Parts: sequence; C-alpha cells; structure tokens
Amino acid sequence: MSGHIASPKLYYAVFFALIVGTVLTYLAALVDFGFFNNVVMLAIAFAKASLVILFFMGVRWNSRLTWIVAASGFFFLLIMFAITMSDYMSRGWVPGTLK
Amino acid sequence: MPDSRMHAEHYPGPLHNPPVRSAEVQRSASHAHHPKLQHHFDDMDQQLEASTLGMWVFLVTEIMFFGGLFMAYLMYRWANPTAFQEASAHLNKFWGAVNTIVLIVSSLTMAMAVRSAQTSARPRTQVAWLLATMSFGTAFLGVKVVEYSDKFQHHLVPGPHFQWPGQYPAGAEIFYSLYFCMTGLHAIHMIIGLGLMTVIAIMAGRGKFNGAYYTPVEISGLYWHFVDIVWIFLFPLLYLIGAHYGAGH
Repeated sequence: MSGHIASPKLYYAVFFALIVGTVLTYLAALVDFGFFNNVVMLAIAFAKASLVILFFMGVRWNSRLTWIVAASGFFFLLIMFAITMSDYMSRGWVPGTLK
Repeated sequence: MPDSRMHAEHYPGPLHNPPVRSAEVQRSASHAHHPKLQHHFDDMDQQLEASTLGMWVFLVTEIMFFGGLFMAYLMYRWANPTAFQEASAHLNKFWGAVNTIVLIVSSLTMAMAVRSAQTSARPRTQVAWLLATMSFGTAFLGVKVVEYSDKFQHHLVPGPHFQWPGQYPAGAEIFYSLYFCMTGLHAIHMIIGLGLMTVIAIMAGRGKFNGAYYTPVEISGLYWHFVDIVWIFLFPLLYLIGAHYGAGH
C-alpha cells in the first residue's frame, strides 16, 4: 500500500501551528474588538481545522473525490445556517406578519 | 430498434473457453495477493482509498449531526447575545484552553501512530503512540469531569435546580443547555474514540499493521481528528465569548 507517508517534521510543524493558533485565540479573546472578536475566533478556528484536515487527516494527499466529499459536509452546513438564519432574521420585516 | 437487434444477432453467446486471459488476470493468478485484499478491489491502494472515502462519508454525517447543535447555538445566540456573554463568562477559560491543547497533543500522537504503522515500526512503538493518544484523551475527559461537577455544585445544570445570579437567567439556562448538549455529545464521541483505540492498540500489539496494511489505524485516526476539530470550534464559541461582558455592553 502506498499511502503518503508524511515526515515527522511536518507533523511537528502542524502541531506547533495549532498550539500557536490556540494561544492566539485565547489572547485575542482578552482584547475587546466588539463583534469582530467572533470574526477573529472563527477565522483562527477555521485555519486550525483546515490544518488538521489537510495534514493530520491527510486529505492533502487523498484523491479528488475525497476532497469533494469532505468539502460537501461543510458546504451543506453553510446551506443549513444560511437558510435557517435568513428565516429567523427576516421575521417581522413585513409589518403585521410576526406572530 | 434495428441496432439492438443487430447486436443480438451478432452476440456470440457465452464463451465456454475464454481463449486468452488478460495480462492482469494472469498476474493475479500467478502471484499471491495480500491476505487483507478483498476480492472486489483491484489492489491495496484502491482498497485504502475506498475505506478512506467511506469514512469521510460517515464523517460528513457527523458534521451534520454536530451541525444541528451549532445551528441551535447560532440561532439562540443571535436571539440572546448579551445573555450568552454573561453565561459564558462563568465558564473556566483556563480549563477550556488546557483541554484544547491536550486534544491537539492527542491528535499529534494519533498522526504519529498512523505513521508508525505506515513505516512498519515495531508493534511496541505503534502501541506506545496509541496509548499516548488514549492517555491524552482520558486526561481531556478527566478535566471535563472536574468542570461538570463544578457546574452541578453551582446549580448551573438546566432544570428545576438551575440558579442564575446574573441578569439573564432564561438566556443563561439556554446557554447551559447548549453547553451540556454540545460538550456532552463531544464527550460521548471521545469515549467511543477511546473504545476504538483500545481495539486498535490490541490489534497493533498483535502485529496486525505494517506498511502493506494499516487501514484500521488510518480510519480510526480520521475519527479521532474529527472529534478534535469539533472541540476546536466548541472552545472559542462556548468559553471565550464572555471575556468582555459588562465592559461596554
């Protein structure tokens, strides 16, 4: 079987980046950016998740089909968030329709 | 359809004596294949790819499973923004951060466990990486026990005994319902992961895995990393949104 074998150095580098990301998230939360605290924490979380998926889970070296399947999970999650929130956030926009 | 009839006319019927066997068939007949190769796969690479893909399909269902709770979080936080900040401020950021780092370390040791199987390391080495992964996973659950018992003592578990000293008891109770559902479901996944790793460690100890066959380690590793990813999102969304409650809000 010839699955890709990554070097330990790469794994340690990814690990280091994940620890740095965690410390950054923690420190950024202590500074008051108002709403942008959410943007910062989610941006770091997505970056960390991408590192885990690409390197620790090895999707970087998988077939295109695996890429698409993995991405589809997050894509459908976005559809669920977008459509549900478009409902909740738009309730009452038309006067007299909010029950 | 004239075409299909023509085809039927020219169909030579079943071949009783296939005259020439393809080079592929001859090769597989003359060489013994790997005992772990299932007959419906061409080779070990294709078999591993199919397993990886199948695991990812399962993980997509897991993304949607946790996604429902993240959806509930998003909606209720949108409806109760200040209450969620007030409630989150009562969680212990320090323990949350410690657990995040513990899980990241366990993901590193998991990746190294898969690598040790890929490189045909000695069974003892493979088991050592797996046991390291399991001990970090157990440490994570240990911290969770400390946190949960603290919440029980302070009446922060939603239900008839929920008591909230702050301004927004109703919103805080929703926050703690989500906190227990999300971290609870995550903890159940950790426990299942520990069970998986126990089986994998026993198999590794018996020398089942090497560079030619390591699919079970790889697949269980995917699951372990997925659980880590869920926590990467849970940590900031639950623990870190209340740091500035009361400051300008």
